[in-house]
Amino acid sequence: MKCQSCQQPATVHLTDIVDKKKREVHLCEDCARKHDLIPDEQQDLNVPALLQFLVAQSRDEKKKQAIDAEACPHCGQKYAQFRAQGRLGCPADYEVFRTALEPLLERIHRSVRHVGKAPLRVRSRLKASELTELRALLDAAVRGERYEDAAALRDRIRSAESAE
Amino acid sequence: MNLDSLLPKLGEWLRGTGAEGDVVVSTRIRLARNLADHHFTNRSNHHQKAEVEAKLRDCVTSLDLPYPLKYVDIAHLETLDRQFLVERQLISRELASVLDGPRGAAFDERESVSLMINEEDQLRLQVMRSGLSLDAAWEEIDRIDDMIEAKLNYAFHEQFGYLTACPTNVGTGMRASVMLHLPALGMTKQIEKAFKALQKINLVVRGLYGEGSRASGDFYQISNQVTLGKSEAAALTDIREVIHEIMRYERLARTALVRESRQSMQDRVARAIGMLQSATMMTSEETMDLLSSVRLGLHLKLRDEVPLELVNELFLHSQPAHLQKLMGETLDGEARNTARAEYLRSRLRDINPGRN
Repeated sequence: MKCQSCQQPATVHLTDIVDKKKREVHLCEDCARKHDLIPDEQQDLNVPALLQFLVAQSRDEKKKQAIDAEACPHCGQKYAQFRAQGRLGCPADYEVFRTALEPLLERIHRSVRHVGKAPLRVRSRLKASELTELRALLDAAVRGERYEDAAALRDRIRSAESAE
Repeated sequence: MNLDSLLPKLGEWLRGTGAEGDVVVSTRIRLARNLADHHFTNRSNHHQKAEVEAKLRDCVTSLDLPYPLKYVDIAHLETLDRQFLVERQLISRELASVLDGPRGAAFDERESVSLMINEEDQLRLQVMRSGLSLDAAWEEIDRIDDMIEAKLNYAFHEQFGYLTACPTNVGTGMRASVMLHLPALGMTKQIEKAFKALQKINLVVRGLYGEGSRASGDFYQISNQVTLGKSEAAALTDIREVIHEIMRYERLARTALVRESRQSMQDRVARAIGMLQSATMMTSEETMDLLSSVRLGLHLKLRDEVPLELVNELFLHSQPAHLQKLMGETLDGEARNTARAEYLRSRLRDINPGRN
């Protein structure tokens, strides 16, 4: 059996039964430790942490069902269809299904944030907003008489401007 | 559309002239792009696909490139012609036979650039180079991408980067693949060991014709997997490092083979030439394996009676669609294997395997 958080073999198996409902958790030692489920030496099992983990899990399950039924207002694709086919329907899906996609992207790429090339129109917009922000910071630094900060900000503005 | 003018040519990826050509056959970089405010291909109806195709066709055929691009309407192409383009690596198998509706591809005469329209993503740009040439391929594709972007709005998200139909491509949308010829690692059974190192750093190994294809003739494609959170330059650096490592293993294995078993290597190559010259039936896979031995013999300077250009040409011409075009008729099963053997015999008729 594999750990449900990563792909390591699961060595920690927890079962609880509440209201005749059985819930199971299978984790590897590292993940169990991360969730505070393994007691440190001489300590008792961390019952609150365990409960919290189980509750969060069943909440996740409900959320999953809710998102499966959700349809993109732009292209009409449901998340369940994406799950079955592995293809999204339109660019807006990335925003519509963001909460479900982010954990997936994290698993595939170990990241959820793009680094690298951007279209020119985006690059110049990013640069413009960066400059506005730096100038505001510079003003604030001058007003607050933080001259060292102001000098550093001025250098950054100059280099950003000359890079254009 | 008559594609027969391509038949006698080799295409950029088989030219055999690039850097590290003894081990690296070719370098290929592709970018996946989609238009903003349009459904992805799989969610588009015929009308929407036609609109995207028209838009992108106009755009790519009017690019100010130093080489003209020829546009091929894939939807109206014969099955054999589609297969022919797949064998030349100008289009994907998906574009040829899995997808439907309006779709096309534009490529240059040297077959170094190919732009596919209405693939899994609306635009798939591809640049090919002979040998190991990641930087040059990136510079070229980056430039073409900029030119297209100046005319059209790509689907781009500030957090997720270039948006693609499949989340495995989102971010840079870049897949860089290097095709390697690794006969000595195959022969000495070290290939598994060499590829284990790859899995650790998220690179993928595939056969000659992409996803799911068998690695016949000791050809392997190595490509990056991660497209989100790693810049194009960083991804290319990762690949480059691994390629250099594998090249080193392959060359060490080749040197050891020549040092320890020169005679049997000579024999292996001579037998391969002999088989190609005399068999009366030949499958495409067997042809690949035999030509692989001949290619190795050439690079080890064991034998030189079959020039590299001819070996590369035979690799391509012995593929099913090329063979049928050369023969001028549709052939299947046994008839094709007979025709292939006949073609190989005729091309290698004047070669004397006992010369060295």
